[in-house]
Amino acid sequence: MSSALSLKDLRKSYGETEVVAGLNLELAPGTCHGLLGPNGAGKTTTLRLALGLIEADAGSIELLGHRLPHEASQARMRVGVVPQADSLDPDFTVRENLLVFGRYFGLARREIEARLPALLDFAGLAGKADTRIDALSGGMKRRLALARALVNDPDVIFLDEPTTGLDPQARHLIWQGLRRLTAQGKTLLLTTHFMEEAERLCDRISIIDHGRLIAEGAPRELIAAHVEAHVVEIDGEDSENGCEHLAERYCRRCEKIGETLFCYTAEPQALIAALEGMPHLRYLHRPANLEDVFLKLTGRDLRD
Amino acid sequence: MSTTRPAGGIRLTPHVFRLTFLPVWHRNFLVWKKLAIPSLLGNLADPMLYMLGLGYGLGRLLPDIGGVPYLNFLAAGTVCYSVMNSATFETLYSAFSRMHVQKTWAAILNTPLGLRDVLLGEWVWAASKSLLSGIAILLVIWGLGLQADFVMSLGLLPVIVLTGLCFAGLGLAINAVSPNYDFFLYYFTLAITPMVLLGGVFYPATELPAWLKAAADWLPLTHAIALARPLVLGQLPQDILWHGMVLLAYGLAGFWAACRLTRRRLLR
Ligand SMILES: Nc1ncnc2c1ncn2[C@@H]1O[C@H](COP(=O)(O)OP(=O)(O)OP(=O)(O)O)[C@@H](O)[C@H]1O
Ligand SMILES: [Mg+2]
Repeated sequence: MSSALSLKDLRKSYGETEVVAGLNLELAPGTCHGLLGPNGAGKTTTLRLALGLIEADAGSIELLGHRLPHEASQARMRVGVVPQADSLDPDFTVRENLLVFGRYFGLARREIEARLPALLDFAGLAGKADTRIDALSGGMKRRLALARALVNDPDVIFLDEPTTGLDPQARHLIWQGLRRLTAQGKTLLLTTHFMEEAERLCDRISIIDHGRLIAEGAPRELIAAHVEAHVVEIDGEDSENGCEHLAERYCRRCEKIGETLFCYTAEPQALIAALEGMPHLRYLHRPANLEDVFLKLTGRDLRD
Repeated sequence: MSTTRPAGGIRLTPHVFRLTFLPVWHRNFLVWKKLAIPSLLGNLADPMLYMLGLGYGLGRLLPDIGGVPYLNFLAAGTVCYSVMNSATFETLYSAFSRMHVQKTWAAILNTPLGLRDVLLGEWVWAASKSLLSGIAILLVIWGLGLQADFVMSLGLLPVIVLTGLCFAGLGLAINAVSPNYDFFLYYFTLAITPMVLLGGVFYPATELPAWLKAAADWLPLTHAIALARPLVLGQLPQDILWHGMVLLAYGLAGFWAACRLTRRRLLR
C-alpha cells in the first residue's frame, strides 16, 4: 500500500541553519508514527512542510496522494491537525468551536451538528458543550483541540505534542483517544517529548536531530538495536570511587550523570549481586527503554 | 464516527472562483453577534460626540459654510471618519489579536483554506463592520434631517463601502508588519490623525494653503469626503470615477501588500 505521507530528501533552511536537512519519512496508512527529537530538532517545521504551509528548499512531499505544496488545499481536506500552540477560539463555547471549525472544511452546519455528539463524547466533553474555552482545564482544552482536528473525519492526523503540560490523568485520556483512532484505521503522525508515550502508542518511530533522521524503527527494535537490555542506576555517596570500578567490571557501558551512574548491560545479575553487598549504595534495576535510546543517540546536552 | 469522507457542503476547488473566504467572514460575524449592541454603540459614540459636540457647540459660533449650517457640513466628514475608524480598529487591534495572540489564523491555515482566504475574509469583514458604522451615522443624519436630498444621500452607501475597503486593506497591511499593539500608535499618529485633520472632516480642504492641499490630496480620506460631502448636501460629486478609483487603489494596494507581508510573517 502506498504511504499516507511520503517525505523524500526534504530540506529547509532558515538563514544559515538547515533546520530540516535531507529528511526521509514514510507514513504507513493505519499506523501511529512517532516523530521524536530534542527541542529545535525540526519536528514542527517538518509537520508544517508536510501540510504544505511552508515551501521546502528541496525534496518532495506527497500527502494522501497529493503533491505538495501544489495540491496542499485538497490534501488538507482529509487531514486533521492538533497544533503545538493552543489555538482554540476563546470567543466561542466548546460547541461553537467545533461548528465554526467544520465550516472551514466546507461542511454544512447540519452535517457538523450531526457529528457533534460523537466528537464531544470522544473528547470526554459531553457535558461541556456550552462551556466557554477559558473555563476549561488544560486537559479539556487539549481534548477539544483533538476533537476539533477530527471534525472533518480526517484520514491522517498530525499531533504536535498533544500531551505537553498535562497531568497523568489527562495524558492517559488522550492516549486512550489516540488508540481508538488507530483502531478505527486512522493514520497518526505524533511528535512528543514523552518517550513513554511514544513507546506505548507508536508502531514506528523516527528520531531526528538537527533536521536529520538518526534512527528509525519499531520501539522494541530501536531499543534492541541501540542499547543493552538492562539498566542499573546507582546512587550513593561514594559513587565517585568504588562503584565506577564495579560498573566497569560488570557492564558493557556506563555513564555518569550528576550523582547517578547509569550502567547498561545485557547480564545484570553479577552487578546486582555485587551491589547487594554494598548497602550504602541505592540502586534501581529496570529494563532499557526508549528514553535510553533517545539520550544515547541525541546526547544529554541541553538544546535551548 | 464513520470513516466516510465529508460529503456535501461547499466544494473547495482552488482554481475556480472561490467563495471560501466566507467561513472566515462568518466566524468574525458570529463573535460580533454576541456583542453587537455594545460594539455598535462603541463605534458610534466617538464620531457622534464629534459631530454633535462640534456641530452644535462650534457650529453656533461659525457662519454657514457654503450656505449650510456647520452641523450639516460636518455630517459627511463624520460618516467617513467613522467608517475609517471602524475599519482601522478592526484590522489593527482585532485582526492582530486573531493573528498573533489567539492564533486563530494559524488554526484556519491547517484547514483547506489558505492565507488569501483568511485575509479576504478579514478584509470583507472589516468593510462590512464599517458599513454598519457608516449606516448608523447615516441614520442619525436622516433622523436629524441633515441631508438636503434623501435619494442623493443614498449615494453615501457605495462611498461607505469603498471607504471601508480602502481603510481595511491599509489596516491589514499595517497589521502584517506590526510586532505588537503599541506599534499601531505610529499608524494613528502618522496616518490617521493627519488624515482627520487635513482630509476635510472639519473644514473644506480648499481652505488649506496650496502646498498643504497638495499633500492632503494624497490622503484617501480626502477622496472619501470629496464624494460624501456633496451627496449629503444634495449635489452630485465631481470626478466621481477618479475619487472612487483612488479609494479602490489604496484598498487593493493595501490588501495586496497584506497578502505578501502576512505570508512572509506566518508562512515561511
Ligand atoms: N519561521 C522560522 N524562522 C526562523 N527560524 C525558525 C522558524 N521556524 C523554526 N525555526 C527554527 O528552526 C529550528 C527548528 O524548529 P522547530 O519548531 O521545527 O523545532 P521542534 O523540533 O518542533 O522543537 P520543539 O520540540 O521545541 O517544539 C529552531 O531552531 C527554530 O528556532
Ligand atoms: Mg515543535
